[in-house]
This record gives sequence, C-alpha cells and structure tokens, in this order.
Amino acid sequence: MSQVKKFMYVNRRPPYGTIYAWESLEVVLIGAAFEQDVSLAFVDDGVFQLIKGQDTSGIGMKNFSPTYAALGDYDVTKIYVEKESLDERGLSLDDLQHLTYEDEDEDWAEKDSIQLVSRAELATIFAGQDVLFNF
Amino acid sequence: MLHVVNKSPYERDSLDTCMGYYQEGDAVLLIEDGVYGALAGGKAVSKLAGKDVSVLGPDMAARGISEEKLADGVKVVDYAGFVDLTVAKDKVQSWL
Repeated sequence: MSQVKKFMYVNRRPPYGTIYAWESLEVVLIGAAFEQDVSLAFVDDGVFQLIKGQDTSGIGMKNFSPTYAALGDYDVTKIYVEKESLDERGLSLDDLQHLTYEDEDEDWAEKDSIQLVSRAELATIFAGQDVLFNF
Repeated sequence: MLHVVNKSPYERDSLDTCMGYYQEGDAVLLIEDGVYGALAGGKAVSKLAGKDVSVLGPDMAARGISEEKLADGVKVVDYAGFVDLTVAKDKVQSWL
C-alpha cells in the first residue's frame, strides 16, 4: 500500500455491555497491520475501556483489556483520552492502564502512549485526520 | 419493587427515569453497564443518594471497578444476592 492515511478510531462505548469496544480493537489492529497512521480517541463511556484491573471471570466473557497494552508493538502510539469525559465519571488517569511504546527514533526509549487532552484539543486532532471511524 | 438497570447512565436515561419512579421500600440493582452509575465522584451518582442501591459484583469486577470506587451506601451483591433481592421485593421492573 503506497499511500499512508491518518486513521482515527473514536471509542465512545463501555466494554462488555455491547460488542463495540471489542470490534473497534479488532479493526484498529487490522488498520495497523496495513501500516496506516493509526490513532485512537477515548471519549464519553469509551474511557471505561481503559480502566485497569478488569476481571471478567465472574461474567463468562473474554477479558480483552490486556490487548490495549500490546498496541505499542503494532506502532499504535497515539492514544488520546478526553479529560472532560474522565472528570464527569469521577475518574483520573490513575484509574487507567499505563500504556507505553518504545520509540525507535530515540534508542527505543519507553514513552507514554496515552495523552490526556481537552475536548477542544481533541476537536483539532479530529480535524487533522483523513478518516474517522466511530465505535 | 426492585428496579434493575443495565445501561450506563452516561449513555441512556434509564437510571434517570427509573429513579423518578422510586418509592419508599423499593430497591435498585445496577447490573452490566448500569454499574457505572454508582461511581463515586461521577456526575450520575447524585440521583442515588438516600436510596437502597445495590451493584452486581461480577459486573463491577469485569469493568475494573473496585468497592472503594463506589459511592457511600451502595451495596455489592453476588448472583445469589440478586436472587435474594428478587425474592424480597414483590415485583421486578427491568429498565432497558
């Protein structure tokens, strides 16, 4: 594939109650495999997807939350979390998984994948994309 | 009456509507995505103040929500506790 496009996946649903969160993750990994410039946004109930310590043993569903930690290995290094959405839900970044990637341009230094952004900042990031997928 | 809510209060108005019908002696059970309604510090939790509210533990755990994250006064029940609640109340209303 010759032309690299900026693909953004906008996640607005909580995990487990519906299939949206899991399906989004599947499509993100496909996009990354085609070496597109992939980024993720978590807004509204989407921020619940990243809460750490998920344990689905009591509900008979697969816990797919460890997959987020693997995104860095697929060169998915831009994960935007909207501050307003966290605040409304009584959450902070400390409640979320600590996601990192290794920066090949800086001797594989470990860096944070998650960037806390305001709604206004995220609007600007949306505007800079070629394609937006909402889940 | 036992009111059962399975939708996130940030996405649907089920919890909001349900609380409008809450009467003395009723109980509310939050299951599935409904458990997010009991998060302390969340915008939705004010509706639950002073009410008999329980949350289904396995659904909380699946979503990474520990008991410390719940608002004061909210109880945690397991599946057996869910059954006990349905037996204790004369009717069950599931707000979809």
